[in-house]
Amino acid sequence: MYLFIASEIMLFGSFFTAYFFVRIVNGVPWPSPPYHLPVFVATVNTFILMTSSATMHWATTSIKRGNVWGMRAGLLLTFLMGLAFLIAQLYEYMRAGFNTSDGAFPTIFFCLTGLHSCHVFIGLAILAFMTIRAWRGHFTAEHHHGVEIGGIYWHFVDVMWIVVFTTVYIL
Amino acid sequence: MRNPLRSESEAYRFLWVIVAGAVLIIVGAFIDTWLGVAVAVIVFAALGWWLMHEPVPGAADPLPVVTSETPPGTHRVLVVAPPGTETVSVPDGAEVLVVVPALASTEESLTGAVDDRRDDAEATAAALGARLPDARVEVGADDPALAVEDALRIFGADEVLVAGDDGLLDAIRERVALPVSRTRSGT
Repeated sequence: MYLFIASEIMLFGSFFTAYFFVRIVNGVPWPSPPYHLPVFVATVNTFILMTSSATMHWATTSIKRGNVWGMRAGLLLTFLMGLAFLIAQLYEYMRAGFNTSDGAFPTIFFCLTGLHSCHVFIGLAILAFMTIRAWRGHFTAEHHHGVEIGGIYWHFVDVMWIVVFTTVYIL
Repeated sequence: MRNPLRSESEAYRFLWVIVAGAVLIIVGAFIDTWLGVAVAVIVFAALGWWLMHEPVPGAADPLPVVTSETPPGTHRVLVVAPPGTETVSVPDGAEVLVVVPALASTEESLTGAVDDRRDDAEATAAALGARLPDARVEVGADDPALAVEDALRIFGADEVLVAGDDGLLDAIRERVALPVSRTRSGT
């Protein structure tokens, strides 16, 4: 687990280094004119992702208490909200009005948010397997390691979004 | 240091800690950029302090002490020989299992780069096997205490002989409820 965290810190760290270089060291205004960041969509996405973490936690606590239907509902809601996040992110990309070829700002914007979206995509794949397994009755109050591990990954993805959202969109 | 992603519940709690920290930084930055930077430094320092001081579950618990039994009428000796040991003195008439722990460093264990250490241990085991034809010689885990624990599960012993330094002797004594003493060895 420590190696996973370290590798993720290094991966995101390299992208954040590029971001801070572009924004602070290089002195490029953020966002560089005439572009605007889609802050509203990102804020809505943040609430969606935070809520999905709450439903993920609900799913885990439910199965720990033996509430199988609570777990199934929690996992399904988490998956749907993760999907909604990803669709909203793609919608945001299409309406952004800039592309990676438009300079350093758009490049690092797409790299950072895209890297996070890749993590969400992987999380969705894990959630899909978890949800299918939950419906097939693979998890019980005693045996639910699959839900626990998937939940840890999902919360980690949300933690990274908070860092990306705060750094790229708000500050 | 406590792993903030140790369990789902802790990861969920960590998420809300990060949200709270982000809110503080945003508020500080909106008042003044440098205040935001100062708040960020304080938040990261507080986060590090919290993770360093948060007790790790089970870390303070004493390690389980391993015991073993031998069949009646037999005397079994487990010998621990670190890599590089060329000879060990074993009691006559006893059934002997010699374990050569791979003895990897912490960095090697963490990264899984233990192939060289295992090669050393296998070379030592082969040399000791040739010198002690009546004894079984095996390569053990990276951690000597774990190597002894593993060996005792398949080879019940009456005593443990260690062909190593005081640190190795003490590490094994802490984990084994058997007589542990040093044996004569050559390197």
